[in-house]
Amino acid sequence: MTEAALEAVVQFLLLLAVSPLITGFIRTLKARFQTRRGPGVLQPYRDLHKLFRKGMVIPETASWLFAATPYIVFSTAALAGLMLPMLSTSAPLGLFGGVLAVVYLLGLGRFFLALGGLDTGSSFGGLGSSREMTISALTEPAMMLAVFTVAIGASSTSLSEIARVAVGQQWRFVAPSQMLAFAALFVVLIAETGRIPVDNPATHLELTMIHEAMILEYSGPYLALIEWGAWIKQLVLMLLLVNSFWPYGLQAGWSLADAAASLGILLMKLAALSGCIVLVETTNAKMRLFRVPELLAAAFTLAALALVSTFLF
Amino acid sequence: MGGASPILFNAGLLAYVLGAAAALALVWRPDAARLASFSLALAGAALEMAASAAALAKAPPPAWNLPCGVALFSFGVRLDPLSAYFGLALAVLAASASIYSFGYLRRWPGGTGAGLLGFFYNALLLSLTLVFAASNAFFFLLAWEVMALAAYCLVSFEHEKQETRNAGTLFLIMSHGGTGMLLIAFLVLATASGSLEFADFHLRISALPPAVRTVVLLLFFLGFGVKAGIIPVHVWLPAAHPVAPSNVSALMSGIVIKAGIYGMARVFFDFLGEPPLWIGTLVLAVGVVSGLIGVLYALMEHDLKRLLAYHSIENIGIILTGFGAALLFRSLGHVNLAALALIAGLYHTLNHAIFKCLLFLGAGSVLHATHTRNMEEMGGLIRRLPATAFFFLTGAAAISGLPPLNGFVSEWLTYQALLAGFGTTQSLTRLMFPVAGALLALTAALAAACFVKAFGITFLALPRSGEAERAREAPTSMRLGMAVLAAACVVLGIGAVWFLPVFDPITAQAMGVGISSSLAAGGGLALSAGTPRGGTVSPAAIAGLLLLLSALPAVLWIRRGRRVTGPVWDCGLPGLTAANEYTATAFSKPLRMIFAALYRPRREIQAEFEVSPYYPTAIRFESEIEPSFEKRLYDPIKDRVLAAAGRMRVMQAGSIHAYLAYIFVALVLLLLFGARG
Repeated sequence: MTEAALEAVVQFLLLLAVSPLITGFIRTLKARFQTRRGPGVLQPYRDLHKLFRKGMVIPETASWLFAATPYIVFSTAALAGLMLPMLSTSAPLGLFGGVLAVVYLLGLGRFFLALGGLDTGSSFGGLGSSREMTISALTEPAMMLAVFTVAIGASSTSLSEIARVAVGQQWRFVAPSQMLAFAALFVVLIAETGRIPVDNPATHLELTMIHEAMILEYSGPYLALIEWGAWIKQLVLMLLLVNSFWPYGLQAGWSLADAAASLGILLMKLAALSGCIVLVETTNAKMRLFRVPELLAAAFTLAALALVSTFLF
Repeated sequence: MGGASPILFNAGLLAYVLGAAAALALVWRPDAARLASFSLALAGAALEMAASAAALAKAPPPAWNLPCGVALFSFGVRLDPLSAYFGLALAVLAASASIYSFGYLRRWPGGTGAGLLGFFYNALLLSLTLVFAASNAFFFLLAWEVMALAAYCLVSFEHEKQETRNAGTLFLIMSHGGTGMLLIAFLVLATASGSLEFADFHLRISALPPAVRTVVLLLFFLGFGVKAGIIPVHVWLPAAHPVAPSNVSALMSGIVIKAGIYGMARVFFDFLGEPPLWIGTLVLAVGVVSGLIGVLYALMEHDLKRLLAYHSIENIGIILTGFGAALLFRSLGHVNLAALALIAGLYHTLNHAIFKCLLFLGAGSVLHATHTRNMEEMGGLIRRLPATAFFFLTGAAAISGLPPLNGFVSEWLTYQALLAGFGTTQSLTRLMFPVAGALLALTAALAAACFVKAFGITFLALPRSGEAERAREAPTSMRLGMAVLAAACVVLGIGAVWFLPVFDPITAQAMGVGISSSLAAGGGLALSAGTPRGGTVSPAAIAGLLLLLSALPAVLWIRRGRRVTGPVWDCGLPGLTAANEYTATAFSKPLRMIFAALYRPRREIQAEFEVSPYYPTAIRFESEIEPSFEKRLYDPIKDRVLAAAGRMRVMQAGSIHAYLAYIFVALVLLLLFGARG
């Protein structure tokens, strides 16, 4: 019991520490791809530090929901992260929820984020909320079907069990069903984390924003919490991909000695996935909003093919 | 006879009867009628709750005859686990709706209104109680018919409005179409078994010849489906539920439609026996389609109560997804999985009853305060109706399936059943399960989008009309009614593991197994899918950890004091007004365009200008979607029926001689038919 609590604390701290790093890495890599220097890998930490020290401006039209939203966004993302295997195949809080709980916890965060966008009465907030809920709703079937394919392979929705099965079969990721499911989940990752071609994380042009539009009125520590929550959510989705499909370096139990090696391998896997994301972001233009459903339909088709190929191969 | 249930049950019925009688007796004194009829309804609900709870734990189900009846037909009552479960759901809803009604009807326009409403309200509760408890087909159909008529009178209560009269008529016609189908099905079954007793129908359907069995199953499914509001026989539901008084809408959407679900559960898991594969497939497909189409139409509604009514169709779809999976698993011989899927469906039945009742009561408070059902005229109500807003938000989160509330638990169980279904067979049919799961995910995500709209536009930001500006919080009794249901949403979510043993007797009766012990994991802390390696989830731990993880940044990083209130960014215009806000129409616009093939939207913009089209003086915007089912399915049927009636009118010449001739011919034909048989 105390061991499990300790594991949870360690993983929580790792989630807090690694998530800004990944965001910084993606931004820097993207800048390099565009032959810019970029602000440096550590910039997200500096941003957090700065924002937490600042004061806040609360819109006069906002209700208590506006203040509750940052906490919910942060805590749902962090709790989802504790249900995933990170360094070890056994997730610290795996008993409390598997892949369905992760998906629904992220949904809870999104629900309140969208309400927070509507709460201020600004048209931009409503615009962001409307688009976010639309896109996430269309992402959901592709995500679930891909997740089901993975879960059926392990005959469990427990993420620890999924990782354990994957560890047992090192070359499984080249099976057609796994590759198709990976491709589907990759599109889901792009859509859920608001990256090009679905949303542009760097934009501040009001009419094209989705995520940014919802949080336009947030400032100071609240903004920091929401941003941190969004980075953790991105890390959670990336962990879902890397540890379900490339389970290398995952330890069977929890031991401090192997933790450093596991962490090193994990960071390399995350860096590789970040590379894929950056490649997609720099080689594509942002889509028109009404072209996004086609992309998500393609993801759904990929997931359906993955499912069919589970018993063809 | 056995235990305390019969006495409590009969006393509850008596309370409802007295409540109806008192309402009529005091019809000219609205205040006294309101207090008397709803106090007695509350007492009846409390007694029925006790009776159902006592019967749930009782091994041979208590069965007895009511002390009245007519020759040949007995008013037999049996509280078996299934009946007691639905009776419990009804009693919880009846209690909270009755508490709510005290305040809701206080400002009802005087006259006989409150008394008549109290009469029909008690009649509805009485008949519903008997629908769930009747133990023979005759009594069941009698109670069913009284329920339909009481519901009709309640739907048509504000009959001064044309909309209400149309909705009431549509409800009555469709309801009777459904009852007709049930009558035929019951008669076939009664002929085959030589009795009207439900006990004699047990496992009887699978013994019928295949062709008859198919017809009987379809009649039952469609007949109960009309009441439940499955697609495509749902059109009465979004018309009838919103026009009723809100306390009645809450009962209608919460539990009256569940009478259809109860009927299906009774037929599929009691009368049927070994189900053929096609019925499970049909129920699953209808469930998934109803869920998706229900939520898609809900998204386009700006009438708060109509939006909720469409969500009832969606949730009936989710319930039937569970039932369909249970039927399929039984056909494939996986009894434990069938029990899991049945539990998922039945749990969602109770959960939906509770949060839908809560949401309709919340909508009633809003209606009470703003005198409109149009969301575009609301806004800012979270400051004016803080308690109502909080309860509505709880219901909205529960119906969107968000953890740790009750909707999440039943949806999670449904997903687990569907996922396990993939391994039950080697044929291609197994692809059905994950695809149904993916569509269920789409349905749930669209429901979340819809409730962001419903809550956000109704309660958040600035008020969009004077009525919303002046809105006042609901009286204490209304808030209390909602509080009970909101608490139930939390308790049934967090305490799901402890509630599940309730289903053991039901699944034992339907499938011969009780699986609740295999659904608990981690020393009763977490819920399990029942398979050794399957998934687990713990709503209680999720709730606790979310609080803990939220408290952490609040304590560590967020400093007090350094916050100022400022205006919202309005692009430099002079101040933010309600006109700047996003509307419900705008919110659902992306989905309206994406699913244009279903909605066939039409819009019209007319701008008036004086100097240049770039400076309009007035803009008129009109947008509507095509009601496809009404237009493409029901209008042709209606036209044919009317045309046929027109032709038949030739016979109705009004001449008494002609009528005498008809009677004579009919008599002769009947005699000939009788002589031959």
